Amino acid sequence: MATTDHGVTSPGRARIDARTLREDRWWLQPLTTFVVFSAFVVYATVRAFMGRDYYASPYLSPFYSPCLGDCVEGASDFGQPFSWWPLSAALIILIFPLGFRMTCYYYRKAYYRAFWLSPPACGVAEPHSAYSGETKFPLILQNVHRYFWYAAVLVGLVLTFDVVLAFRPMPAEYAVGDGETSGIHMGLGTLLMIANVVFIWLYTLSCHSCRHVVGGRLRHFSKHPVRYKLWTWVSKLNGSHGRWAWYSLFSVALVDLYIFLLATGTIQDLRFF
Amino acid sequence: MSETNGPAEGRHPMTGNALSGDAQGGMERHTYDVVVIGAGGAGLRAAIAAHESGARTAIVCKSLLGKAHTVMAEGGIAAAMGNRWPEDNWEVHFRDTMRGGKMLNNWRMAQLHAQEAPERVQELEDWGALFDRTDDGLISQRDFGGHKYARLAHVGDRTGLEMIRTLQQRAVALGIDVFMECTVTDIFKDGSKVAGAFAYWRESGRFIVFDAPSVILATGGIGKSFKVTSNSWEYTGDGHALAMRAGASLINMEFVQFHPTGMVWPPSVKGLLVTESVRGDGGILKNSEGKRFMFDYIPEFFKAETADTVEEADAWYDDKKNNRRPPELLPRDEVARAINSEIKAGRGTPHGGIYLDIASRRTPEFIRKRLPSMYHQFKELADVDITAEPMEIGPTCHYVMGGVEVDADTQESAVTGLYAVGECSGGMHGSNRLGGNSLGDLLVFGKRAGEAATTYAASLGDHRPRVDEADVKAAQTSALAPFEVEGGENPYTIQSDLQQSMNDLVGIIRTRTELEESLAEIEAFKVRASTMVVEGHRQYNPGWHLALDLRNMLIVSECIAKAALAREESRGGHTRDDFPGPNDEWGTKNLVVNLNEAGTGVDLHEKPLPEMPDELKGYFA
Amino acid sequence: MSYTLKLRIWRGDKDGGAVEDFPVEVSEGEVVLDAIHRVQATQAGDLAVRWNCKAGKCGSCSAEVNGRPRLMCMCRLSDFEEDETITVTPMRSFPVIRDLVTDVSFNYEKAKELPSFSPPPRDADGKRRMAQVDVERGQEFRKCIECFLCQNVCHVVRDHEDNKEAFAGPRFFLRYAELDMHPLDTHDRRELAQGAAGLGMCNITKCCTEVCPEGIQITDNAIIPMKERVVDKKFDPLVWLGNKIGIRNKDNDGRTEV
Repeated sequence: MATTDHGVTSPGRARIDARTLREDRWWLQPLTTFVVFSAFVVYATVRAFMGRDYYASPYLSPFYSPCLGDCVEGASDFGQPFSWWPLSAALIILIFPLGFRMTCYYYRKAYYRAFWLSPPACGVAEPHSAYSGETKFPLILQNVHRYFWYAAVLVGLVLTFDVVLAFRPMPAEYAVGDGETSGIHMGLGTLLMIANVVFIWLYTLSCHSCRHVVGGRLRHFSKHPVRYKLWTWVSKLNGSHGRWAWYSLFSVALVDLYIFLLATGTIQDLRFF
Repeated sequence: MSETNGPAEGRHPMTGNALSGDAQGGMERHTYDVVVIGAGGAGLRAAIAAHESGARTAIVCKSLLGKAHTVMAEGGIAAAMGNRWPEDNWEVHFRDTMRGGKMLNNWRMAQLHAQEAPERVQELEDWGALFDRTDDGLISQRDFGGHKYARLAHVGDRTGLEMIRTLQQRAVALGIDVFMECTVTDIFKDGSKVAGAFAYWRESGRFIVFDAPSVILATGGIGKSFKVTSNSWEYTGDGHALAMRAGASLINMEFVQFHPTGMVWPPSVKGLLVTESVRGDGGILKNSEGKRFMFDYIPEFFKAETADTVEEADAWYDDKKNNRRPPELLPRDEVARAINSEIKAGRGTPHGGIYLDIASRRTPEFIRKRLPSMYHQFKELADVDITAEPMEIGPTCHYVMGGVEVDADTQESAVTGLYAVGECSGGMHGSNRLGGNSLGDLLVFGKRAGEAATTYAASLGDHRPRVDEADVKAAQTSALAPFEVEGGENPYTIQSDLQQSMNDLVGIIRTRTELEESLAEIEAFKVRASTMVVEGHRQYNPGWHLALDLRNMLIVSECIAKAALAREESRGGHTRDDFPGPNDEWGTKNLVVNLNEAGTGVDLHEKPLPEMPDELKGYFA
Repeated sequence: MSYTLKLRIWRGDKDGGAVEDFPVEVSEGEVVLDAIHRVQATQAGDLAVRWNCKAGKCGSCSAEVNGRPRLMCMCRLSDFEEDETITVTPMRSFPVIRDLVTDVSFNYEKAKELPSFSPPPRDADGKRRMAQVDVERGQEFRKCIECFLCQNVCHVVRDHEDNKEAFAGPRFFLRYAELDMHPLDTHDRRELAQGAAGLGMCNITKCCTEVCPEGIQITDNAIIPMKERVVDKKFDPLVWLGNKIGIRNKDNDGRTEV
């Protein structure tokens, strides 16, 4: 292996040529992350640019919510202020959840390791010869995470509203059986959306910036008992922030896929009532 | 910022300290007012005090800064601050200390300690220590064996770590020079006065001469002379031996504290300390029959203040006013002897200890909160979950009450300019130390010694004692001697044999025949040590380091065995099977040891205890 | 229950060295440091190794065991198969002195650069008052035993020697966070943490937390909160505006920049 003079093989350090002496499968985790994230990115990109099959009444795909562009009938619950937008409506709003996740402290760890190999795993030398961390453009922008969190709370509220709407009666063309179209509806789609919004909220509320905002920035918890209580709760959730990040990633893709399949008529919604 | 990836010219790579110009390959020379040997609690506190009183100060320590054995102290710092019990004050603390030491303490030291400990603890807080708090926001205080009131300022069960880190950060902030991984092997004198010290860098093997009129010994204890010990490798009695070789005397060397609760399994951690806080927080001792046996071992001396029923003992934790203390919280010597008796009577656990049970008495949350390090220690090292099962424990060599005989107010030894503080000084704890009094001792007397040493150094003006070059040559020859031998024994073997011998013959329970045998064995070890051989070269060579330390261990072991043989009674940390029980006549005198004329062994004589003034005697009426 | 452990130890100094085989007898319940000590006592008396308490409390015996930064005293042999080879090397981020001993002065230099705690005067009765909930966060960080495994594993300096000058490392971010969260401290160290200490270099890949033998949540509880505090000070226009027009949290009042 080639000798470098900036890392573990720098002059003065114990002379060991291997970039790591780890014998466990340290590469498994970054590889898994790489494969899954890549798959998601490909899927999400395709879906976001498609601009169709995102609405199967009463379900609206989370990739397109709120649908502010020139959306199909019934999908826009907040009007269409961007109806002039020529491209897919998803592109108008996806920047917010995307930005939230890109600047998320957990995702940063995951993609710095899996995509940048900086480092690929603990105690495994990284391939780069120089490193400046998050001190320079563009990575210094990671510091805006809290603003994406503010936006993520709004997105969470919208998605929660979508879940409420998912209980709406179905239009006649989707109805099964005797064609009944009134009353409250619940189908597998509703369930998936509930699960999704729960994970989204767990992910959003367990955010490190959220933890800071609700109370972490204080020095005297004793003088702010309510904020201390909130901070304690958020801290508990925060312990599993990475897990919520993964769960919500899967759930959001799954809901979208389900709606895609409904919208294209590939499957029928499984209705409970 | 200075260099980080290599030593700058003329600076030591380990410490960043300046080397003298002609140091290349030869000997370094440094001049200070006060040189402190040891960077545990006492050494750091002394150095801070010396620096703050204006002395040019250096700290010399065998390990890296912040690794000294003080980090192992768990329970807390005894100080009558009255935060939990307003009725607590220095007088009560003084009385507890004297009674715990079976009245053999130097009364003046016990008094100063009780009076000054509260302010020394407050000071730590000024420097950034974060103690656990009471509901009022004050420093919380916990119960410990032998203390009438909850008195130990603490941070969970890692108080020692908090203390050393605080002092370390303070010393760094003040910019005190630290010579890390540097061992002192000799004290230089000019006539009857200290002139400096001789040391070597562990890293390079290079020698250093310190020119300094004041030297403060803060080297800790002697635990490594015993096989089962809670002490680290550094505890080889360096300060004790340096002081004797410089002409000072040691007192109370027969009193070695065996902590009642050390781990007994797995073998690799045998002796590792289990904090007394386990008992302070509700833990009880049981034998293999499940019996809470401490009720059978309450001595007459403590009957009046110890609960004699399980009900009263258990009620004490919540209502201390109306109940007496559980017998598990008797002073350490009593508990260690009781455990020893139970094990000898065949009621021990499979691994040869007895059970310490807190799992059945407190909730897992409580245990994890109050005893995090213990939880961690048992989980990681023994695979035991102390919130679910009892611990197996047994006595372990923990502390030596004996040490350099010093003046109570200044900590100066019989040699002018030589001071001793902390565990390597003697007198403060009498025949037995109460838990929590050690950390207080380090702070109170560390400060006093640092100030006294500075005052003395300043008083000399230009008339400083000078280091004799012939002494430097002699010190160098002596340090290199182990390399000169061929065909001798490996120091590790001799050390291991010495530890076994001390454990077997000079342990918790002693008899004349065994002590005599021990002295004979020590003589044999001395012969073996004179021809021991070390391999390799001077650069970071643990074999060589051990060979040098072993000389100290041998002389200190001889002091212990000799004094133990002479004291024909049982008192505190000294129990004679052939003389059970205390003897009033022995209760009035100390045993003092000195190096003999030839420097090959130790001489012993008796000395009456300093007389306590009448107003203090009143506390014991 | 003893067996012969296939132990390999890196031996050498700054001029070079190699991993050597030291088959050694070990028994039940032992840790890697026991095996090293046995090699020292029976096969290589001059094998250099740093250790003190042997109980995971002093943080001296840091090394890398099969490439993972560990305390040798807390690394139980029972965690490995009996026929498994165990390779012990010195920490690879610091200059080696000899065998398993490295020159960790980098850390002591960094400690010197950090302005110490600066309290206000005591209360009238000579005591200080702090609530338990206010000191708890700092207490977690003060569990640090300064083993420097976090400093060793951190790729910022492990893989980039040239970053050492500008980067204090996780151990000292812990200290910055401790002081910044201290209920009494009168200094504001946020600029310093970002500037001189190089907090921005950290890309929160969490290896420091993974190797911490004390289980301190270095990344989640110290570094990220510290990054957020720096954002408050340097990057958040809303906080800046709030400060200008007087709508702000008063919790940081009374602190001055160092």
